[in-house]
Amino acid sequence: MKKGLSFRQAFFTLLKRDLQIAVRHKGDIFNPLLFFVLVVTLFPLGIGPEPQVLSRVAPGIIWVAALLASMLSLERLFKADFVDGSLEQMLLSPQPLPLMVLAKVLAHWLLTGVPLILVAPLLAVLLHLETNSYGALMATLALGTPVLSLLGAIGVALTVGLRKGGVLLSLLILPLYIPVLIFATSAIDAAGLNLPYDGQLAIIAAMLVGSLTLAPFAIGASLRVSTN
Amino acid sequence: MWKWLHSYADPERAYKLAGKLLPWFSAIALGMIGVGSIWGLMFAPVDYQQGDSYRIIFIHVPAASMSMSAYMAMASSAFIGLVWQIKAADWAAAAIAPVGAVLTFIALITGATWGKPMWGTWWVWDARLTSELVLLFLYLGVISLYAAFEDKVLAARAAGILAIVGVINIPIIKYSVEWWNSLHQPATIKITEESSMPMEMLAPLLINILGFGVMIGAITLVRFRAEILARNGMRPWVRELAKAEGVK
Amino acid sequence: MQFESFAEFIDMGGYAFYVWLAYGITFFSLGTLIVVSARQKKKVLAEIAKKIQREERLKENRGNKQ
Repeated sequence: MKKGLSFRQAFFTLLKRDLQIAVRHKGDIFNPLLFFVLVVTLFPLGIGPEPQVLSRVAPGIIWVAALLASMLSLERLFKADFVDGSLEQMLLSPQPLPLMVLAKVLAHWLLTGVPLILVAPLLAVLLHLETNSYGALMATLALGTPVLSLLGAIGVALTVGLRKGGVLLSLLILPLYIPVLIFATSAIDAAGLNLPYDGQLAIIAAMLVGSLTLAPFAIGASLRVSTN
Repeated sequence: MWKWLHSYADPERAYKLAGKLLPWFSAIALGMIGVGSIWGLMFAPVDYQQGDSYRIIFIHVPAASMSMSAYMAMASSAFIGLVWQIKAADWAAAAIAPVGAVLTFIALITGATWGKPMWGTWWVWDARLTSELVLLFLYLGVISLYAAFEDKVLAARAAGILAIVGVINIPIIKYSVEWWNSLHQPATIKITEESSMPMEMLAPLLINILGFGVMIGAITLVRFRAEILARNGMRPWVRELAKAEGVK
Repeated sequence: MQFESFAEFIDMGGYAFYVWLAYGITFFSLGTLIVVSARQKKKVLAEIAKKIQREERLKENRGNKQ
């Protein structure tokens, strides 16, 4: 990197790099998405095809599947960079670490969160979600999946140096996902009953702002521990 | 004052201080829990609504309230260890975690055995039960992260970060679970509040709460001492101790 | 004393199973925790002692060869 790289340049360089790498390995984008779709299709097979039942549990299923898909895709967030040593380069560079981390998480969200949001309405159709709920579903996913990426990245950063990080990761981050799950599904439920759901959305937005400001520092500190 | 405190960051002095405090803590804990439990089981009056089943309260409430406090203690010492690089604080955090997890487990189990005769079911998705369950997961996460690292200095730092992240999240989780609960809970189930408790019931409960607190201190001291020895295996004073006590 | 007889105390007003189950599990798990914690120190010391012995044996062997 050049010597006088501004913060913004560094941020976008890293973002572009991560996006380019991901575009070259298309499996990284499609596998979590496929997983998301598959998990959702398993549920009607498990609990029966009655539309009333399905529309009752649809918000929960879609959100739980989104949590699992996000966790699955997060595992590789820092892995490749850790293995080939570019993560250490990043830690040594003069740019502030939280900023770089934020760029990586943003790239990850663009690659896995956004496709997930785009596929969600399709799955909602399969699950007979109430027609009123579509807006709430999209809104909660748009606000909630970045929170998942940010919180999950803390767990990934802590376990990146470990050989058997996979199962541990779920134990570390799934409890932290609970509030997002609760508020998101209840917003969708409320929308289905034609009730206002802006309160729930506001809380998810508050969580997004909070994790956006605090999580990069926690991720940075965790990365310093893991690469030590 | 700081200088005085820092001298106890020295492993050998911390070990000796912990050894000196341990008998006191153990005796007080044993005495208080003994008195509180026997008082609660035999002498406290019968609850007119719940009969004798309410006597589970004398261990359930102490375990539940102390499980949260233990998490706070663990996170605070992890924070001290991270910020001021005091290793003894890291070891203390590592020592508290399993104790807190066991207490959380006890709170859950006793809650279930109380729920069965009162509510007719072992488990309800009650707000307090649910957040206690999540607390157990948080504890298990910290413990297994600490165990996963070979290098225990790094392990302590990683587990410390996780504990602090957990502390920030506990109020959010607690609030969200309570809110979720008020949304879904049918109003038929109500825990009778203990605020209107007569003195004869309250006294043993308070004694047991304090006793559980002191007991956490005692078990933590035991684990803390072992942790100090394990992390300082190459120091001369530990080797002396090992020669004196470890050979069989 | 709230109970007339020892048998009544054991019966706990009909809730014997639940009350004693709760107390049993509590004191059993606390006891296990205490025993495990107390053994931890012994285990650590024994390990260190073993290590020291091994080191000394190594030193002796080296001394014999020279």
